[in-house]
Amino acid sequence: MSTVAVLVESREGVVTQPTFEALTLARSLGTPVAVWLGSAPEPAEVARLGIYGATEVRVVPTGDDARVVSRAAAALGAATADAAIVVLISTFVNKEIATRLALATGAGVVVDAAGAELVDGRVETLQTVFAATWNVRTRIESDAAIVGIRPNTTQAQAAETPGAATLVTVEAALPETREAIVAVEPVPASDGVPLAEAPVVVSGGRGTGGDYTLVRELAELLGGAVGASRDATDEGWISHEHMVGQTGTTVTPALYVACGISGAVHHRGGMQASGTIVAVNIDPDAPIFEIADFGVVGDLGDVLPQAIARIEDHRRG
Amino acid sequence: MRILVTVKFVPDLQSQRSFTDGAVTRTGDDGTMNELDENAVEAALQLKEAAGEGEVYALTVGGDDAVAAVRKALQLGVDHAIHVSDAAIAGSDVFGTAKVIAAAVRKVHAEAPLDLVITGMAALDGLTSMLPTALAAELDWSQLTLASGLTVEDGTASIVRHLPDAHETLSAPLPAVVSVTDEANKPRYPNFKLIMAARTKPVTTWSLADLGVDPATVGAGAARTVVVDASPRPPRENRVVVTDTGDGGTRLADFLIERGLA
Repeated sequence: MSTVAVLVESREGVVTQPTFEALTLARSLGTPVAVWLGSAPEPAEVARLGIYGATEVRVVPTGDDARVVSRAAAALGAATADAAIVVLISTFVNKEIATRLALATGAGVVVDAAGAELVDGRVETLQTVFAATWNVRTRIESDAAIVGIRPNTTQAQAAETPGAATLVTVEAALPETREAIVAVEPVPASDGVPLAEAPVVVSGGRGTGGDYTLVRELAELLGGAVGASRDATDEGWISHEHMVGQTGTTVTPALYVACGISGAVHHRGGMQASGTIVAVNIDPDAPIFEIADFGVVGDLGDVLPQAIARIEDHRRG
Repeated sequence: MRILVTVKFVPDLQSQRSFTDGAVTRTGDDGTMNELDENAVEAALQLKEAAGEGEVYALTVGGDDAVAAVRKALQLGVDHAIHVSDAAIAGSDVFGTAKVIAAAVRKVHAEAPLDLVITGMAALDGLTSMLPTALAAELDWSQLTLASGLTVEDGTASIVRHLPDAHETLSAPLPAVVSVTDEANKPRYPNFKLIMAARTKPVTTWSLADLGVDPATVGAGAARTVVVDASPRPPRENRVVVTDTGDGGTRLADFLIERGLA
């Protein structure tokens, strides 16, 4: 079994759910090792990585240097020299790291993958393209492969024989770069689950008129994250971090609820691969209804409170 | 200020997009300049206008139809258009494409130094967002990607970028490769005068030989990835749309409960 390296994503020192999904996928491709860039993880996090199958956790002490793409790529490269496959989570920044690493190693890269498997010794990946209207299977022809996997496309499962991952420190010579980080202003973590990882997303668009009270209430009830259309973020009703769409966050939750969103192709491209799609819109001709499993033509102000009350009733039994 | 903008010819978002033999179908009928490249063109024009002098080049790589992408850029007001076209480029992966674009950038740069290459944040057909990074690496220039704001002063470019966990400000010396997001600006519309002028503006066409690129290093043969299957996803089945007559919310909730989603 060849070594499959997984680049760990963490928030405030805690490993994120997509990392466990990536480790689960990595187990089907070979022997997973986890790569951690930055200061050393807490023992509890190392243990959690072990539960999902990481045999080693390789720490590259980069400090804040990992914010510069070429340095992060060099650090990842130093820790993955023996790995035939590198799996990372397909974020904008990781796609850049993957590109730099591939240029250094000659690896073939597929990003935004919804799955990967070995076929005749080569990695093949699955993606959805054209606003999730087409399925594409890609084969990586080179010996080394890098796969960027979308959150929520693999069900995270603990390893059948979870082991204790060994902590290993890898020293890497990081290159001097022209790019300098002038300022970093952290974005406060949103309440609840981050959009890209959420199993349920409730989004509001122009039809909300800027009032997200009901959207937030339904999201909270369903244990989901709050999303928005480009219209809504352009209006300044909600911050850009919430934007679902081709230039914002691409989501593939089990349930997507579109409230007052017409469903322009830009938006559909960011959510069309979701499991179940539900839409509420006052306009019967809204294109969102063409892709909704269940649609209600109606006023958000009538439909959402009634739906919320019905779900609460149901839960009370 | 001398700036080169890369523009891509892609199928119109509203058209029926498809694959032919493992590649995106691109035809003149429903193809256009990638929408997100309009932000790159706009950023370049604004920098030139602010500097009060300079030249903006638009460059595209692709078959005969791809010239439409640089024509659109001319309509928006760029000064020069370059179309790199060669049968050997077909089937290139991002690394092959970056190699071709880098060779063309070097050729322009050799005539008179460029300050910036500006790209869009992604092409709306492939959406991988890898090209700007690959191009910066290939050129060995500064890399400033995903800019929602861009300023240039005293030989240094500075950008602001909005990542999910932080808003970063980065700076780097020129020349630099900068990719701009759709938050960076509001692209202008072509006016009648520019549309008329664009009709007669020349488009420079270069082949791989003109660029000194070995055809064996690009194209399908050199690609590290290959599309082995592409098929339209089946439409969702058993879709239901109801009109709210007083019980729309209850029916929606019942649907979710039935599916085990609420």
